Amino acid sequence: MISVRNVSKSYGDVRALEDVSLEVERGESCAIIGPSGCGKSTLLLIISGLLQPSSGEVYIENKIVGGPVKNAALILQDYGLFPWKTVYDNVALGLRIRGVERDVEREKVEGLLEKFGLKRFDRYYPKHLSGGMRQRVAIARALAVEPEILLMDEPLSSLDALSREKMQNFLLNLWKETKTTMILVTHSIEEAVFLGKKIVVLTPRPGRVKAIVNNPKVGKEDYRQEEVYFEKCREIREIIEVGAT
Amino acid sequence: MQGDKRDNRGWSYLGTLIILLILWKGLSVLIAHPALPSPEVVLASLINSAHELSRHAAVSLLRVVYALLLAFSLAFPAGILSREDTVDRLISPLIYLLYPIPHIVLLPLYILLFGIGDFSRVALIATILFFQIAVTTRDAARQVSEYYIYSIKSLGASKLDVYRYVIIPAAMPKIITALRISVGTAVAVLFFAESFATNTGLGYVILDSWSRADYEIMYAAIAAMALLGFSLYIILEIAERRICRWM
Repeated sequence: MISVRNVSKSYGDVRALEDVSLEVERGESCAIIGPSGCGKSTLLLIISGLLQPSSGEVYIENKIVGGPVKNAALILQDYGLFPWKTVYDNVALGLRIRGVERDVEREKVEGLLEKFGLKRFDRYYPKHLSGGMRQRVAIARALAVEPEILLMDEPLSSLDALSREKMQNFLLNLWKETKTTMILVTHSIEEAVFLGKKIVVLTPRPGRVKAIVNNPKVGKEDYRQEEVYFEKCREIREIIEVGAT
Repeated sequence: MQGDKRDNRGWSYLGTLIILLILWKGLSVLIAHPALPSPEVVLASLINSAHELSRHAAVSLLRVVYALLLAFSLAFPAGILSREDTVDRLISPLIYLLYPIPHIVLLPLYILLFGIGDFSRVALIATILFFQIAVTTRDAARQVSEYYIYSIKSLGASKLDVYRYVIIPAAMPKIITALRISVGTAVAVLFFAESFATNTGLGYVILDSWSRADYEIMYAAIAAMALLGFSLYIILEIAERRICRWM
């Protein structure tokens, strides 16, 4: 279980997060939603242990987070892939850092590339790939190290609507298949409702928790067509709009 | 596709070269003075004195290459490690105080300290290059986005991994650009460094033939010096294409 307790973060005089508390069960998916600049990304970096909160703590399985979390993988929107590495080398990077043997590495990376439909592109550099393919490479790289926690910062925001839906389905199936704990930061209500079993709504800067909404029906691709889904979207939209001018 | 592009560039270089030669020829006919011999005369003297010149060119080339290597091997780590604030606090003031000084005036001092041998000349060129490369490398290393660092740290990277997989490759294009600019500077400083207390090197040949009013040799040596700079430039461009294939 991931437990964020009373986390605040300031950059100098600017308060990014204020007294944020939330809990995510093991294997659960959680969407964090809020307007731009509400500190969503900061919160994600704090959960991953890469940033220290100004006050408050994060616990993972009852252990306090003090440095980069070992079994967590982080996927950032624009800076995820290294443009100077080929698709293959990007995916292999985590394994290489961990000192995994070369033949084990090859087997694993090739398996992932095959699965994600990237096999033909293993020698390409990221700039030659479409946005959707880049995102798949970034996810493949995160999965290569077999994380128990997947942290994603607006992973799909640079995609057009069609590839976006496809990638949402992809993420959904991935989550069901791997049973990882998934925390996803997004500014899209539809995405939050489609992917988050728990939806955390943050206020504009400084980010505070405005509401935590349960979304138990999540988990099927055709959830998008169901009445409850639209209901949920409306509910979230209302929460976001309350008090906003 | 890429091959085509390269071929086209080759042709446009050739075209420019021909235009420059025509201009040169025209000027030499117009001025009609021994101080500006026509290109074919210079070419002939370049061929005639090739044996003599190649000896000097080799000396000059070695001086430049040693200076580049010396400057790079000091400036690269100093610049890259300036990403660490502790290192930066130490190195930055030093660089910024010493950079604006015209280092070229150090030649007499270096000759007093290190003697009239090659080392003084190499050291002079290296001093000037050091600052050019170090400043660019430092800025490039410090500009690497924090998000790349987050990304690799989340994969469990150690500090060494961060440098190896992120900071050095990310800074590389700018470092190679700095090296390319340095080649021009290096050849210019080389001329000065060879103008004094030596009887080897292309710079020496230029000044010596100038004082003897032997303009053909002088131009041949100038052309050789230009070729020297040009070939180093080309080598670095090839290196850039290989190292920064991802650009």
